[in-house]
Amino acid sequence: MRRHLLSSADLSRAETEAVLTTAESMHDVQTREVKKIPTLRGRTIINLFFEDSTRTRSSFEIAGKWMSADTINISGKGSSTSKGESLRDTVRTIDAMGVDALVMRHAASGAAHQVARWVRCSVVNAGDGTHEHPTQALLDAYTLRRQIGGEDRSLEGKHVAIVGDLTHSRVFRSNVITLARLGARVTAVAPPTLMPSGVGPWSKAEGFETSYDLDDVLSGSHGDVDAVMMLRVQRERMSGGYFPTPREYTVGYGLTRPRLERLLDARPDVAILHPGPMNRGLEIAADAADSASSLVLDQVSAGVAVRMAVLYHLLAGADETQPTSTTATTSTEVPA
Amino acid sequence: MSAAAQPSSARPENPGPSPVPADARAVMASSDVSRALRRIAHEILEGNRGTDGLVVMGIPSRGVQLARRLGAVIEEVEGTSVPIGSLDVTMQRDDLRRQPVRPVARTQVPPGGVDGKVVVLVDDVLYSGRTIRAALEALAELGRPRIVRLAVLVDRGHRELPIRADHVGKNLPTSSSERVHVRLAEVDGEEDSVKISGGKTTDATGEEA
Repeated sequence: MRRHLLSSADLSRAETEAVLTTAESMHDVQTREVKKIPTLRGRTIINLFFEDSTRTRSSFEIAGKWMSADTINISGKGSSTSKGESLRDTVRTIDAMGVDALVMRHAASGAAHQVARWVRCSVVNAGDGTHEHPTQALLDAYTLRRQIGGEDRSLEGKHVAIVGDLTHSRVFRSNVITLARLGARVTAVAPPTLMPSGVGPWSKAEGFETSYDLDDVLSGSHGDVDAVMMLRVQRERMSGGYFPTPREYTVGYGLTRPRLERLLDARPDVAILHPGPMNRGLEIAADAADSASSLVLDQVSAGVAVRMAVLYHLLAGADETQPTSTTATTSTEVPA
Repeated sequence: MSAAAQPSSARPENPGPSPVPADARAVMASSDVSRALRRIAHEILEGNRGTDGLVVMGIPSRGVQLARRLGAVIEEVEGTSVPIGSLDVTMQRDDLRRQPVRPVARTQVPPGGVDGKVVVLVDDVLYSGRTIRAALEALAELGRPRIVRLAVLVDRGHRELPIRADHVGKNLPTSSSERVHVRLAEVDGEEDSVKISGGKTTDATGEEA
């Protein structure tokens, strides 16, 4: 069986929790003087990014390198696709070199799923258009578990408001799945123009609520809010008038200073998240982004640990297409 | 992610061992385990001339419980507590690619660290020595202990590397087709015991876990 991470739905609750538990161990590596473990020695990981990225690409690269894998970055602009080569030929060419994993970001929704059918190596979806971004959802869940999950790192019953440009947000789509897997409640807040079409049946299926009124949600009308996740307004994916002016969007749906103050009065322990990059002053005020409640940099830090955990679970074990030479047992049955 | 990652549990400290076969022979009872640990604790104290600079680190999962018990005996005997830690060796194993993905346990370094310390590694069974090789590598990534010693509850032989234990609860000659089952109350919810099963068939894995 080939091993990919293409969608947050690929992971059961147990697998999601296993990745997050592994990430706790990986986080310890980040604090060491020598940040290197030999786990993926001899593995080759290609980061193939057809869209700009700072956090995701560099954190995947760092994750691979800290685990002793050979990690190579290829950007769409610098690849032969700019000479007219098709995506299929590009990924099959890379696959033919004998790499073990392809970490891919692409502007087209479904690109990673398509590529997984073309190649032999593992494929990790690092963001495909407006579809999904599973490792972002995992790192968000990891950050939330550490901040509001208590001793047992549980998000069961926690209430997360996800606010902003939901229509174009792959982060939202992955988070809805992952947070539901972990037992959290999600309320999705957006202006009507940025609420995905057909959200009604979808929200019923995934078990999240929707609202057009941010102040109403923050005041607790849907239940006390434990965390607020602000999403970037993705102007690069917008072709028309989703809102009259940036100022009007901020007044209605931005985490402004007055809104932050009201929220902190009601919920002093609230966690504020943003996947980055932030449009300061548009969807999130500098006061909110830099407040003590902001976990933006914790998310970045968690990104490396979570991606190490994902690479571990995908690449460290036996290739299941080959018969293994051993029977897996616990350390007690066949000890060292 | 496909079925590649099949964690038995999100809690690596509970590895969920397979049941001990009914025909398994008991080689250590609960009282034997206690006596062996008490002797090992005394040996450690004698070798180190007390608790100065001593750090006890268990290898998950059962090694951690054994380390805690050794720590309790040492405190009882000496009147001073020694730092207890855990050392996960999963990431340093040389057989990761030969079996399904293993759950990862936490490494917990005591507040004083391991630099310049006398670190006693603790595990339940010493077999091929590959787990201990991984442990030495994992330990080197945490710092530079002055001395590293090894304490095991059972040494069953069949070493594949030049590694030996400094403190052994019981030397247990086995054939490689036999399996050793250690059960500890804190981990397994049953009375402490060491049992051996198999040996008549040739279903040996020949691999350490």
